[in-house]
Amino acid sequence: MTSIFSTASEMAESLKQKEISSVELVQMHYDRIEKVDSGVHAFLHLDKAGALAKAKIIDDKRAAGEKLSPLAGIPLALKDVLTQKNQPTTCGSKILENWRPPYDSTVVERLNANDVVILGKTNMDEFAMGSSTENSAYGPSRNPWDLTRIPGGSGGGSSASLAAFEAPLAIGTDTGGSIRQPAAVTGTVGVKPTYGTVSRYGLIAFSSSLDQAGPCARTVLDAALLHQVIAGYDEKDSTSINQPIPDVVAAAKKGEVKGIKIGVVKEFQGEGYQKGVLNRFQESLDILVNLGAELVELSCPSFDYALAAYYLIAPSEASSNLARFDAMRYGLRISETAGQSAEEVMRITRGKGFGPEVKRRIMLGTYALSSGYYDAYYGSALKVRTLIKRDFEKAFSQVDVLVSPTAPTTAFKIGEKANDPLAMYLNDICTIPTNLAGIGGMSLPAGLAEEDNLPVGFQIMAPVMQDDRLYNVGAALERALHEKWGGNILKQIPDLNNLVGIFAGKGSN
Amino acid sequence: MALSFDQVIEKYEPTLGLEVHVELNTKSKMFCGCATTFGAEPNTQVCPVCLGLPGALPAVNAKAIESSIKIGLALNCKISPFNRFARKNYFYPDMPKNFQTSQYDEPICYDGYLDVEIDTDEGKKTFRVEIERVHMEEDTGKSLHVGGATGRIHGADYSLLDYNRAGIPLVEIVTKMVKGTGKYAPEVAKAYVTALRDILRSLEVSDVKMEQGSLRCDANLSLAPINSNTLGTRSETKNVNSLRSVERAVRGEMIRQGNLLESGGKVIQETRHFLEESGETRPGRSKEQAEDYRYFQEPDLLPVAPESKWVEEIRNSLPEKPAVRRKRLQAEWQVPDKEFDAMLNADLLEEVVQTVAAGADPTRARSWWLGEISRLANEAGKSPAELISTVDVATVIKLIEQGELTDKLARQVVEGVINKEGTPQEVIVKRNLKVVSDDSALMKAIEEAIAAQPDTAQRVRDGNIPAAGALIGAVMKSTGGQADAAKVRQLLLKHLGQG
Repeated sequence: MTSIFSTASEMAESLKQKEISSVELVQMHYDRIEKVDSGVHAFLHLDKAGALAKAKIIDDKRAAGEKLSPLAGIPLALKDVLTQKNQPTTCGSKILENWRPPYDSTVVERLNANDVVILGKTNMDEFAMGSSTENSAYGPSRNPWDLTRIPGGSGGGSSASLAAFEAPLAIGTDTGGSIRQPAAVTGTVGVKPTYGTVSRYGLIAFSSSLDQAGPCARTVLDAALLHQVIAGYDEKDSTSINQPIPDVVAAAKKGEVKGIKIGVVKEFQGEGYQKGVLNRFQESLDILVNLGAELVELSCPSFDYALAAYYLIAPSEASSNLARFDAMRYGLRISETAGQSAEEVMRITRGKGFGPEVKRRIMLGTYALSSGYYDAYYGSALKVRTLIKRDFEKAFSQVDVLVSPTAPTTAFKIGEKANDPLAMYLNDICTIPTNLAGIGGMSLPAGLAEEDNLPVGFQIMAPVMQDDRLYNVGAALERALHEKWGGNILKQIPDLNNLVGIFAGKGSN
Repeated sequence: MALSFDQVIEKYEPTLGLEVHVELNTKSKMFCGCATTFGAEPNTQVCPVCLGLPGALPAVNAKAIESSIKIGLALNCKISPFNRFARKNYFYPDMPKNFQTSQYDEPICYDGYLDVEIDTDEGKKTFRVEIERVHMEEDTGKSLHVGGATGRIHGADYSLLDYNRAGIPLVEIVTKMVKGTGKYAPEVAKAYVTALRDILRSLEVSDVKMEQGSLRCDANLSLAPINSNTLGTRSETKNVNSLRSVERAVRGEMIRQGNLLESGGKVIQETRHFLEESGETRPGRSKEQAEDYRYFQEPDLLPVAPESKWVEEIRNSLPEKPAVRRKRLQAEWQVPDKEFDAMLNADLLEEVVQTVAAGADPTRARSWWLGEISRLANEAGKSPAELISTVDVATVIKLIEQGELTDKLARQVVEGVINKEGTPQEVIVKRNLKVVSDDSALMKAIEEAIAAQPDTAQRVRDGNIPAAGALIGAVMKSTGGQADAAKVRQLLLKHLGQG
């Protein structure tokens, strides 16, 4: 019996068998959102009328016997950083409040072309800057495992919507871990594809050379099905790679690690890592070995500098990317008195429209690019980036994939790190190197940490354009873990219906 | 007592530097598919990319790369096999992204030169202007600041923004420092921009219309005491909108800086604005607190890596260089130096070339463009090319050659065409300007003239041939000037027994 607790592939099969209609499926999810999102606050905007109308059209197509895409009629939650024509697109920022883009991002075009139904836009740290969604101008999202905790960030809205069964699929974007870390702390699956394989056209840029959209789901196969829909060459994105995308769906169905060499990165263990995180990581390694994989311990020494390099490159690009939000053409415009000059209006609007973390990064980036400092900061960071790429190349010459914990800890409490940006930044220490190297990475659930009964993420990294390896290894591990747990990890999540009452309305401010 | 130009150059040596911005004539913009038509309704040639909407990304126009390489090759530059775009960051309302996508330390073409010829006291002399770089960038939108005294953003009541121009491909051509020109700096500057314009036109990469802004020149100038081996502080003069203004701006700036230095003042490094009416410059933005543009590699674009095979293909397809072509045409048409220069100075070479291409005799073509049409253009305050097409001029010349029109009638035809009365043929019909060549009609007029002046006719019969002039004049008058005077003369003399 299909329900909101089904996987996307199960839902797709039911739709195909006409056991359920897309309209019913979509309505079911809106009912769930209605019930729990006051507590979870995964969504910033819903497009109920549009989604139901779309579902109706897809049902009609199916009734008429049209050949449909595998995910046709399946609902999806879209991170609010991707443009969707005429739908609010805020990036979690006041500066874009009420802005409705006149065009669809390529990701949305592809979702539409495949008849995926977009339920609404999900919450995020402002301009994707953060690891907790606490930096959203519209209030934080909450982790469905424990509503006092963060659902990760920046794509916490997308991950929370999956764990809360508000949507079976979601789109995230990952600049330094914003798909994988939220997946890790919510017990879901998130994939950052190889840079250049999912078009960035319409993805509102945080850091252009690092940003990459990707699939979020509750299973490896669901993620693969969505990956296949959104990935592919796009002439509108000059950094798009004009090569065939590897068959990730076949890999997700295969899940065979016999003889595969798995590299364990030495730098991603030890001090600062929660005990339960390391235990679940080790158990997963043991499972992979039992399945026939060969483990190789590796060192990637320049990874120690990845965080520092990231916090120069990303803010530098952001300082330029975010310059366009100047109140002149769209979005927020604030002036204090009549007759203020364009420059004054720009200053006032940017001062009030951006939150503290965005301002911090604009200032960091502006400083790093300033003449006289460029070489020492931005220039050095680019060199580190090259070294990190070389470390990966060297590692991948010895192994097929690399693995690590996705994040050093489980979900922390809302407010716990809000005033300590460096502690917050450290949460992305394992995910950042892949972005700097442009390779793909996946996080999937490895179980619950014994200290707090919260989900732990297992990260897999593969060479450029070998994203199928993520799915193959991920599927093998997932299958073994599901056997062990008696199903998806999310079966162990506390019943949200009993919790939301306490937190209702606290999500937004 | 203010120093004159001659007094300035007795004491100071100028150093020139010229930055020329060329709008390419590609059909679409540098990074999107929007049209580039000049003069369209404001904000009708825009899209998410050139408006810099959130999420939009640039994609390079390959035609613009090809045009840039053509320009580089024609200016004897090296073509970089691997070059990149960079972002130039600054805030201004007419810049949709608040950064301009440009090239910074990795231009597409570099290290070239252009030889220009000028008249000096010792005759013609060639100066080599070295080219530092040719790089690609996108144009900004256009601001119109309404209200306020200066027409600038400060003090304006409101500003209007037109983003049609935003994203139009620009190529910037930057010279190295041009030294050793002495008093000829203004002429060298003008000759350089002229030669550059001619090359760009021959390459068909730009409309090169200074008055429409598709060719813009910024002139950098500094003065140093003669033989001091030092370099003075430079100013950068913008808004130089014609070839003549290039020369005037440099001259004006030399006089201003010379007088400033002479009175013990210091030249400030600043942008100055050329004033067309007075030929002087007024201060613009000071560069003392130079803006930090925070250049960095454009992460949204891949490096440009033109294959050497493609570059060689482009090199082999380049048209004849304008200077070579001019020498060839002068020889083919057998025009003396002075007259050829007159045509060049009047900027009418292309009109004459096209008129000849349309079938007219080169000498007649030259004389019509430089004579009658230039005179009419001067009266109308327009350029000759604006008045009449080269095809129409060629048609008129061919009719003269065929004896269908006299020079006098032809002038009326040209006047009619300019007055928009139609094509030359239509004007001839409407104004009834056909040469009267019908013998019987002419004979009738001749007989009437003889009857009216019997004494004169008798003198001709007696052998006084020059006396025939009065009779010919009468015939021409009675036929309204439409008769061919030579024909009248022939018929008249024969009739009077002198043919």
